[in-house]
Amino acid sequence: MAELLLKDLNPGVAWAPRTGPTDDRAARRALRIQIARMERELSELFAASFPRRGIGWTVGAGGGPRILGLAELERIRDDLADRIARARVEIDRQSETEERNRALVERMIADPAGHRWVRVRSEDVGERGCRHWHSRPRWGLLGMLAGWWRVKLSSGCPLACGACS
Amino acid sequence: MGDGVEEPPAARGAVDAALAEEFPGLYLRWRRVERGSGRSPRALKHRLALLSDRFAGPQAIAFRTKPIPHAYRVFHRHIGLDPDEQPPGPELAVRERMLKGGFVSSNLLDDALTIAMIESGVPVLAFDADAVAGAPVIRPTVPGEGLEGRPGELPAGTLVIADELRPIALLFGATASGRGVSPRTMCTLLVVVGVAGVPEIATEEALWIVAEILEAPA
Repeated sequence: MAELLLKDLNPGVAWAPRTGPTDDRAARRALRIQIARMERELSELFAASFPRRGIGWTVGAGGGPRILGLAELERIRDDLADRIARARVEIDRQSETEERNRALVERMIADPAGHRWVRVRSEDVGERGCRHWHSRPRWGLLGMLAGWWRVKLSSGCPLACGACS
Repeated sequence: MGDGVEEPPAARGAVDAALAEEFPGLYLRWRRVERGSGRSPRALKHRLALLSDRFAGPQAIAFRTKPIPHAYRVFHRHIGLDPDEQPPGPELAVRERMLKGGFVSSNLLDDALTIAMIESGVPVLAFDADAVAGAPVIRPTVPGEGLEGRPGELPAGTLVIADELRPIALLFGATASGRGVSPRTMCTLLVVVGVAGVPEIATEEALWIVAEILEAPA
């Protein structure tokens, strides 16, 4: 692995296998650069995916702080790569659901009576906040009997301090 | 600083040679403040409340993508820690902010540390200066060494902050029993560990913020 990494770092240089402490250190440095890049990618995914839920972000580590060897650094790099891949799949899956929910909201607005009592939360369309779209009858029971349906958009999150001004 | 009085610079702590070779960006700065903790004055509580207003959800979510918090997350990975399981101090403060709806005042030292960490992104540690022998250093443990208050020996090669006699804390981990700041502490030792990607000015600023708050007249 150390030889492979050295080769990757120096694409223009004729490659010959080398061994020794200096090569190991160079290999560890290369792995650390890869880990740093992946950590950046994972952090950006985390920030971009908010407020979606159900995505795992922890990679896990064992033992205390120490100088990691090549094998341990490789394991962390591979775990990070795996975590990034899985997070992307989950974000894509949730994005598709959100797209379907956005289309549902459009259909609800176009035809409220055809979507009676359907409620879509802002979270369901990948947005922050506490809004929801709710298909409900105008004037309660009278509207229900008369078929006067509309989509009502809630006003948002309650105040953190309740009714205080 | 503002009145023309020059602040004493933070002292440089040593880093074990092998460790410095492995992590060229690793450094340690420390500063002694002739003051322990105590009750937070009203002005400090107000400052914390203002910080809570400034630092809301969007800032919290994006915090780990900022250069300095990112550098600490990366270093955590490099030394075998998971920054999500053992977050760096500033990220821990951010989590508390989101869970409690604000930076809740605790005591003079903790409030000062919170402000410094959120403002600078740099984790700051505090020890009882009278319980620390000499200048702090970063080094790996040798066989037979342990951390006070923790049963058993530490595995050889565990990275620690140590004084001249013993480890006083795991690097980005627990503090040894009896070395932290207590209500009896008269003098505080502030320590910051800088890593690659963290400019020295940020670590100096973090130390300066804590010292300024601690030394302010009540």
